[in-house]
Amino acid sequence: MASSGHTQRGDGGAKLNILVCVKQILDPDVPARDFRIDPERMEAIRGGASLVPNVFCENALETALQLRDATGGSVTALTFGTEEAEEVLRKALAMTADQAALVVRGDGPAPDALTVARVLAAAARTLGEFDVVMVGRESGDWGIGQTGGLLAEELGLPMVALVDQVTASGPGVSMRRQTDYGSDTVETTGSVLVTITNCEGNVPRIPKTRDVMKSYRKPLTTWQVGELGVDNGDTIAEIVELSIPGKEVACEFVEGDNLDEKVDAFARRIAEVMGAIG
Amino acid sequence: MSNDVVICLSASSGYDRVAQGVAGAGRELADELGGSLCAVIVGAAADETVSGVAAVADAVIVADQPELADYQPESYLAAFEQTCRQLEPAAVLLGNDTVGLELTPRLAARLGGSPMSDGTGLRVVDGAIRVTRSAYGGKAEAVFELKRSPAVVWVRARGFEPAPPTGDGAAVERAALELPVAATRIVERHVEEQEGIPLDDARLVVGGGRGLGGAEPFDDLRSLAAVMKAAVGASRSACDEGWVPPSYQIGQTGKKIAPELYLAVAISGAAQHMLGVSDAKALCAINTDPEAPIFRNCHFGIVEDYRKVVPPLIERLRELKQ
Repeated sequence: MASSGHTQRGDGGAKLNILVCVKQILDPDVPARDFRIDPERMEAIRGGASLVPNVFCENALETALQLRDATGGSVTALTFGTEEAEEVLRKALAMTADQAALVVRGDGPAPDALTVARVLAAAARTLGEFDVVMVGRESGDWGIGQTGGLLAEELGLPMVALVDQVTASGPGVSMRRQTDYGSDTVETTGSVLVTITNCEGNVPRIPKTRDVMKSYRKPLTTWQVGELGVDNGDTIAEIVELSIPGKEVACEFVEGDNLDEKVDAFARRIAEVMGAIG
Repeated sequence: MSNDVVICLSASSGYDRVAQGVAGAGRELADELGGSLCAVIVGAAADETVSGVAAVADAVIVADQPELADYQPESYLAAFEQTCRQLEPAAVLLGNDTVGLELTPRLAARLGGSPMSDGTGLRVVDGAIRVTRSAYGGKAEAVFELKRSPAVVWVRARGFEPAPPTGDGAAVERAALELPVAATRIVERHVEEQEGIPLDDARLVVGGGRGLGGAEPFDDLRSLAAVMKAAVGASRSACDEGWVPPSYQIGQTGKKIAPELYLAVAISGAAQHMLGVSDAKALCAINTDPEAPIFRNCHFGIVEDYRKVVPPLIERLRELKQ
């Protein structure tokens, strides 16, 4: 693959060095009734909610760990966030990632995808050469899903989106990606960036107690964002409005003295729509 | 830079509902900007696709050289990049399909523009393009002002009305492009056999969730859907459990559908699922929990165990149809 430093596996394939970018987000399972926004900062108010790893990033991590376990090589977890984001890296290490790196940002509102991509690219170059870079398809907070593609361009890598499985194939990797009609098998012989989506096969593992203990002895590098020398004066988008839509409708529960009557009323409502369509 | 809008279409999808919605969004935006609407079709386009697009756009460029016969991410990206560079548009729109999701950020980066995803509304304020989209898994709505030009946005296409015909067919130009050697290759396309009605453009949809508890109950939903002439979909958790393939998934990261009626069976109604059905005209649900969030978005509902409701419901609908 493009990185020249890799070693060979017994079967002639390369040991793969994999970089996984992970993001810490506000717990997306906060119920809508508890959800508030800060109109000044144009973001959600944390309140009592916890910060959690973005689930697609964990799917990416799981995909990477399975690939490493099959080929040898290493998994590096990288995040750009506040100091608290170290938690997601600790979890990544406990899930058996080999090393981790944290780029600490300031306390202001979250930077946009272009800034994030530039910072991640600078950190990735500092960390070494990678055969596969994995990024979650989107985050559970803003859900904009542009970081992966922008990072691919910053690193000059080809990209495959919506991948749910990566396996070693000759000198490179074979990827299964979800499509509108089913799935594609995509191959590459060089380095590649993939955005990862969820499937049955990449549900994140629960760290074992033994691996949690071990994770504290694994290397975790911390940089302040200023140390990476990234020019982040250029933004792609500014949030100008943020609101909570009040779109609840009054649900009419069908009535009846028994199940048959209720089902009948329900069926009639459905049949009305069916009839209107013809 | 011009005031024009370019829509990027891939030939293999034809002039389908997604392409029609992208063209509709493009026309509205072009009118607001005071520019024209240009369509770029990449791939071996059928005649009816080209004529369908030419009827609603002001100009059409077709890039159909042999290397572009089938979708390949790197070569399609290069084709859209090169054509957009020549046209210098103010905005580039793509659809909410695999191609749009995959290429939008990279195309924006190459054109020096601003990428944005899942646009449900586009408007121009003091010359700047603003995109409305949901945030926080559907719990909030945000408006982003794009700072670099062009704006490169994939839109939730089915939520936009199809573009109206212009009255005169646009001129169709063929582009000859120099394409790079692609670093990745799609070597196999696995087209999943769809039982029944395809989900994407279905007018009636039955969705199943975690509460079904397994793969078998989806057979009951298929029987129900068959009577209704509806498509079957699922929540993310049902897909993650492996009860149905990922192509069934409806929600923030699955399909975004716009049926006349969505019937949610044993689906709690997490915000990320509701985001996939927010364009539905009406919603109804079968759920044991009257407090389930799904009912807050429903027009009508039944609080019962789906196992007790679905068999008699199938019978009753069959009778009502006669």
